[in-house]
Amino acid sequence: MDALMSWLQAYLAENSIFTLQTLSYYGEGLVTTVQLVFLSLVIGLVAAVPLAIGRGSKRPWVKWPIFAYTYVFRGTPLLVQLYLIYYGVVFVEGIQETWLWVILEEPFVPALIAFTLNTAAYTTEIFHGAIKATSRGEIEAARAYGMSRALMMRRIVLPSAFRRALPAYGNEVIFMLHASAIASVVTIMDLTGAARFVYARFYAPFEAFLFVAAIYLCLTFAILYVFRALERRLLAHLKPAGG
Amino acid sequence: MIDLHGYGPRLLEGALITIELALLSLVLAIVLGLLTASAKMSRSWLAHRIGTLYTTIIRGVPDLVLMMLLFFGGQIGVNMITDWLYYQFDVDIFININEFVAGVVTIGLIFGAYMGETFRGAFLAVDSGQIEAGRAYGMGPWLVFRRVRFPQMMRHALPGISNNWMVLLKTTALVSVIGLSDMVRVASEASKATREPFTFMMIVAIIYLLIASVSEWTFARLQKRYNIGYGEAE
Repeated sequence: MDALMSWLQAYLAENSIFTLQTLSYYGEGLVTTVQLVFLSLVIGLVAAVPLAIGRGSKRPWVKWPIFAYTYVFRGTPLLVQLYLIYYGVVFVEGIQETWLWVILEEPFVPALIAFTLNTAAYTTEIFHGAIKATSRGEIEAARAYGMSRALMMRRIVLPSAFRRALPAYGNEVIFMLHASAIASVVTIMDLTGAARFVYARFYAPFEAFLFVAAIYLCLTFAILYVFRALERRLLAHLKPAGG
Repeated sequence: MIDLHGYGPRLLEGALITIELALLSLVLAIVLGLLTASAKMSRSWLAHRIGTLYTTIIRGVPDLVLMMLLFFGGQIGVNMITDWLYYQFDVDIFININEFVAGVVTIGLIFGAYMGETFRGAFLAVDSGQIEAGRAYGMGPWLVFRRVRFPQMMRHALPGISNNWMVLLKTTALVSVIGLSDMVRVASEASKATREPFTFMMIVAIIYLLIASVSEWTFARLQKRYNIGYGEAE
């Protein structure tokens, strides 16, 4: 480890842009990006499951509001949603006197809210499609066993729907990682924010942005790898026999 | 009525810029997509490699980072080339990369990669018997492409193109970050000046939804046109 550090220091000594100082900006940016993406994905995922079930409900007062929500959030740019929440939160009557203001003052929370609402909308549609694709025979069999709707959802529909949704959800995770670059617009020092800072400081667009592009590329490949492995495990029963 | 504080005309101009930008990028993306698809399907090892490298890298990096790289780096790169031309050959030219061109080029480059994947799948879905039949009629490769492969490929590609277009439309919002006065930029300036973010952002959101709805309708009609001869089932 010490040898590695001294080698790194020796290498960086010849370099005017990638000093330990700027690398630490990128490191902090990486942490912020991962936090933002991970938190919004987890909260979005938890919210999307009931929303997806409701989206397929027969009751119009359950179905239509959820449809309207996903339509609006999937039909408008994330940047507009972020601006709306980031600028809009200031104007909520009396919010600056409450304890909420302490956390909302930081741009991190408005960004997290915007990202979560956005990914929840996309994930809802992905799960809704997967639930709808459940084969009729499975549902009829569950009914014939006398399962209630809740039990059928829990034991039959959701487990297979989650598996079917896996490839599409993997794309959504990568999409969120890339979309999170927008956070730098509202002064968050995420990976892209760090790159913009280094660019502005040294006027070196190639070094600053190519380096950050390489980090994003590695993150993307890591996510792809994880989802491939998950798909291999969870979708093994769908593979052609003898493959 | 909603009070726009005189930002109405500028907002409308911004909306026009958004639409122009989106349409021009779409054209560039389709051209690049066709080229990429042919490169990836070609027998040449090099062309295949270049096509794969392009789609992998573009799809692995955020749009905003690519846009900043091209916008901030593009001008320096172009200046280096023109400087070199000046010192070597005494050619004095100055090329200024404006935000609009940078926006179109970046968005076109990004979605060219996505379109490439869409077109590749669609070309592979065309029955090879059709191509052989075209050849048997004595058609050259270009005529086979224009009369047989392209029209049948479009039937398979349209849903993918439609998806890509919807994402592309929303990606245009990012040009506001590099300083182009599209409707998002106008709305964010207006929000700060008038302290009424809800009004302006809501209007922008509604315009995006309107454009998306019109596009959906257009694509449904196109799909019908290219499905001629395949019955109502699709």
